[in-house]
Amino acid sequence: MSTQNRYTCTPTVSVLGVMKARLGGATKGHSLLKKKADALNMRFRQILKKIVDTKEEMGRVMKASFFTLTQAKYACLGDFKHTVFDSVDQASIRVRASTDNVAGVKLPKFESLKEGQGSKLGLIGLGSGGKQIQECRKSFMKAVDLLVELASLQTAFLTLDEAIKTTNRRVNALEHVVKPRLENTIAYIKGELDELEREEFFRLKKVQSNKKKHQLAAEALEKARLAALAAEKEQEEQDKPGPSPILAAIKKVANDFY
Amino acid sequence: MSFGEDTSEMCLFNVKDGFLEAVVRGYKLGLLSTADYNNLCQCETLEDIKLYLTGTDYGPYLANEASPMHTTTLVDCCTRKLVADWKYMRENAGEPMGRFLDYCTYGHMIDNVVLIVTGTLHERDVQELLDKCNPLGMFDAIASLAVAQNMRDLYRLVLVDTPLAPYFSENLTSEDLDEMNIEVMRNTLYKAYLDDFSSFVHGVGGTTGAVMGEMLSFEADRRALNITLNSIGTELTRDDRRKLYANFGLLYPHGQAELAVAEDFDQIRSVMEKCPPYQAIFSRLGLGESQMLDKILYEEEVRQLINTYEQQFHYGVFYAYMRLREQEIRNVMWIAECVAQDQKNRVQDGIVFTF
Repeated sequence: MSTQNRYTCTPTVSVLGVMKARLGGATKGHSLLKKKADALNMRFRQILKKIVDTKEEMGRVMKASFFTLTQAKYACLGDFKHTVFDSVDQASIRVRASTDNVAGVKLPKFESLKEGQGSKLGLIGLGSGGKQIQECRKSFMKAVDLLVELASLQTAFLTLDEAIKTTNRRVNALEHVVKPRLENTIAYIKGELDELEREEFFRLKKVQSNKKKHQLAAEALEKARLAALAAEKEQEEQDKPGPSPILAAIKKVANDFY
Repeated sequence: MSFGEDTSEMCLFNVKDGFLEAVVRGYKLGLLSTADYNNLCQCETLEDIKLYLTGTDYGPYLANEASPMHTTTLVDCCTRKLVADWKYMRENAGEPMGRFLDYCTYGHMIDNVVLIVTGTLHERDVQELLDKCNPLGMFDAIASLAVAQNMRDLYRLVLVDTPLAPYFSENLTSEDLDEMNIEVMRNTLYKAYLDDFSSFVHGVGGTTGAVMGEMLSFEADRRALNITLNSIGTELTRDDRRKLYANFGLLYPHGQAELAVAEDFDQIRSVMEKCPPYQAIFSRLGLGESQMLDKILYEEEVRQLINTYEQQFHYGVFYAYMRLREQEIRNVMWIAECVAQDQKNRVQDGIVFTF
């Protein structure tokens, strides 16, 4: 356990409580983020699969579309490109952007909307190749739809990728940085508190033993004094029977007074 | 056709037009043959196609094209060859052959005028538009088309000096010019052009009249057929449709009247089958198969065009040369597109073999 990897704090019980609460929060956040990452990953895989499918279809459709363009060029006597350019007055397909919510991540979504059929386009190539031009138009319409779908998927893919990266970073940060650090801090605080407790205990013990020592000493002194007194008394009684001069003096004074 | 006219044609044709007929027959020999097409179909890349075409008449026009090749560049190069040939012939032509050659290009001219006019209405850059024009249909005043702000000015200032003026003045009123759908306008002009061309070749008469009459009536009928096919399901009314058919051709007038009211492919088919030459064409089509119709019509056209070379002393060969080259360019475009788009299994569907 490295001592570096912890928060600097004063090791007190209240801080321990705070740290424990933080650890609890981190664990909960970690599990939630993990769930979010899993959800995102699942969606990510789905999108990836769809993208692969769409791209393959795109390849096919584009190939077919360009071939219909070739057929149209073949069937037309002149170049019809500019006639088509000039007949377009408004967009027949528009893209609407909206957002989709996956586990709190906003994914952009595009939808293509068809708007009014270009009536002027209907007569293009009237003299030659009109049918082929219409075919070409139809197949490119399909291609545009696919393109929009693909664009939607690709953008979602990128956004999701970013979101997954952030989430994973957070999960890992919680798991490998925040949580160990909190745990270390808690362990440190606990260690410090234990140390303090032991010190306190030792101090108490010491005080107690000191007290006992003092008491014993005092008792011994008292005993010695009493012994000395007794010895003195005995000595006095042996030297001069009767009350001691002091006692006699005291008695005399007391009698004078009353 | 009287004997006398025929003889005089034989005697006098070469005096004026013999040189150019020889030239055009020489050009004709430069057209790609079936063997050439077979070799082209074997090509794996556009570079291969270019390499092969360098060995043909297109060589000088392709040699300096830098890689990478695109289908459009290839087609442009081939078109340049046709344009150069055509210019050479036009410069050497006397009358009335010069007028005949001009008539052949009026179709392209109509396309160009329509292109410039619509482009101008959409405020596009004139130079850009001019680049897009078909070089065969260029005329001196074409750039000034863009000057006109509205259709009335356009006619008054510019078109009146072009050969197309009568087609505009006879068929379109100034209101039409403003309101008419551009495609309807184009086809109206084309109809007028075909009628005019037809009367011109009959004026020239002789073998030219006979050969070209046949070609033009096929062209008129094909246009009628195409217009009918392409206008099914559009807002074009029957009367409008009827107005776009040329006033001659094998279908004129009864077949056209029936075409005008036809509403689906089967009706068109039954109308066309009443006419023996077209019955043969439609019998080659399976039921409900309209996709291959274009190719079959192209093939029929090519067959007729080649037949024009069977006769001598007439102008039809020039028209045929232009058409054959155009078909050839279409073939080259088709092959190149198939190669470029990796659709080589479809390559045979678009080639119309000439020789």
